[in-house]
Amino acid sequence: MFELENARDVNFEDYETHAESHEYVSELSRVDSADAEQLLNVGVDTEAKGRAGTFIQKDQSVIHCKTCQDGIEMMGISQAAQEYGWLKDYMWKNVSPDTDKFTSRARENPHEGYFIRSLPGVKSAHPVQSCLYIAKDGFSQHVHNIVIAEEDSDLHIITGCATAPHLVSGMHIGVSEFYVKKGARLTFTMIHDWGENVNVRPRTVTRVEEGGMIISNYISLKPVGSLQMFPTTNLVGKDAIARFNSVLVAGKGSCLDVGSRVVLSAPGTRAEIISRGITSGGTIIARGDLIGKVPGVKAHLECKGLILNDGLMRAIPELSGHVPGVEMSHEAAVGKIDQREIEYLMARGLDEDEAVSTIVRGFLNVDIEGLPANLKEKLDKAVSETQKDMM
Amino acid sequence: MLHIEELRVRVGGKEILKNVNMEIPEGETHILFGPNGSGKTSLMMTLMGFSGYEVTHGKIIFKGEDITYMPIHERALLGIGVSFQRPPTINGLKTRALVEICNKDQSADVEELAEQLNFSDFLDRDVNHNFSGGEIKRSELLQLLAQQPDLVLLDEPESGVDLESIVLVGDTINSLLHKGTKYPRGDISHKADQTKSALVITHTGHILNYITADRGQVLYDGVLCCSRNAREILKWIREYGYEECVRCSN
Repeated sequence: MFELENARDVNFEDYETHAESHEYVSELSRVDSADAEQLLNVGVDTEAKGRAGTFIQKDQSVIHCKTCQDGIEMMGISQAAQEYGWLKDYMWKNVSPDTDKFTSRARENPHEGYFIRSLPGVKSAHPVQSCLYIAKDGFSQHVHNIVIAEEDSDLHIITGCATAPHLVSGMHIGVSEFYVKKGARLTFTMIHDWGENVNVRPRTVTRVEEGGMIISNYISLKPVGSLQMFPTTNLVGKDAIARFNSVLVAGKGSCLDVGSRVVLSAPGTRAEIISRGITSGGTIIARGDLIGKVPGVKAHLECKGLILNDGLMRAIPELSGHVPGVEMSHEAAVGKIDQREIEYLMARGLDEDEAVSTIVRGFLNVDIEGLPANLKEKLDKAVSETQKDMM
Repeated sequence: MLHIEELRVRVGGKEILKNVNMEIPEGETHILFGPNGSGKTSLMMTLMGFSGYEVTHGKIIFKGEDITYMPIHERALLGIGVSFQRPPTINGLKTRALVEICNKDQSADVEELAEQLNFSDFLDRDVNHNFSGGEIKRSELLQLLAQQPDLVLLDEPESGVDLESIVLVGDTINSLLHKGTKYPRGDISHKADQTKSALVITHTGHILNYITADRGQVLYDGVLCCSRNAREILKWIREYGYEECVRCSN
């Protein structure tokens, strides 16, 4: 099992910051078949069925970028910076480069990232998909992503992060700044399938204006060396809403320190954080932090963890109310599967292993809003496979 | 169908069942009366094989097979079904999925059964999550309808059920005891058709207005102390209480 402090500490000297360029692929069908399979595992469909656009970055090269809906823009961040002078008003505004050594490193050694924007009033008919992929062994990938959902628009992004099958070690730093304008809605689903020796440090801050909504779904079922992230959402406009769901599985050797923070600083804002974690020999620290700064806000945090076999599951829910009139609650539960549940299912004819599998599948089955049916099907299958691996 | 012989059971180191003998023939419904803490639920849990109920003596024979130490799921597959009074919530597992699990041979139409129980709206909810007492009963009975056991164990089927729903619960139990055929509402006269057996725990005896019992038994302090017509026992208990019932049987 990882020691927590060690997991957080990463030695940059172990990684290279340069990778050779990869050729641009104009047709998705021409993506290398081994890569395509990895992409598929994280919800990125190389046939782009039911997708409004696709962005793929391999190491430090954008190898594909195309949108097929008017009013939805996708491009590499460097291209966007060239095209839109105003982008400087968004870059490093939510996230300070001085936040920690990882953000500093991303600022000093940038390796692209995506720019996704829905124009005012545009509703994306289908999700757009993006993939950040590490192919070079020992590479430290640093991306900077900007997402802007303009006023009254509706944008759904599925982001898959993965590594090449042969990869032994790697590092990913992702700085993401999301802007949800007045009346807009952003659904952001992130699926991770990094390698067993990959260290991952996403740094995300979201700003939501009046009547805006962010729904963030995070799924990590496969082994990862270490992952540490604590995205922050600032609900700055009246009646803004944030909903976070995360489903985490930590097998032997994996260390996941994952949480969400929502700052409710305008009247009528609401937030919900739901986290499900299963450890089977790994470590999960599930954090949640709700900060109520004005009266009349509502927020709830739910964190549930199961320990199969052994491992560490630590739930750290925090609520801070700065004024009277905030309504905030949390529930956290960590433990093993209740024997009564197992025997209840056995009384319906399942043997013990089948009963445990059924409970685990149910536990991970958070109803994720806005997930396309084919991706839901894939995730259900992945959950089934994951629980088999853990038994 | 079920034969219990000199059964002694300990729970948490304390003897709860003391030398219980019972016989439930095929097609018969037996009612088990008893005050709180007398061991009724413990007997049911022991028959199903739940952990924590340690058989120290005696045996349980079902369909001619000794099931005393058989795992729970094997008892279920052999044909014992139980309706729990306080079943656990299983987060994320939809009721529909659990009913499908019970419907192993896929002979039942889950939607139709749920409709029969006015339970269609609950199929997509997590198992027992925020269910009321009556909803729990209907959920349990729906699972049993799909499972079609030969011996049905019902723990307080009327508790927490409103007066309107108890008719439905009674009808469903009748349906369950008659090979799953829909039993005419309010008609409990076709006893001869019954092929399945049941052991029903009841506190209040209300359920006797909706199902026909062949026999009643009283469990008091872990001992079966009376066995006769269920309605007579109920009348006796109502008039004189359990202690008189025990005294009379001695």
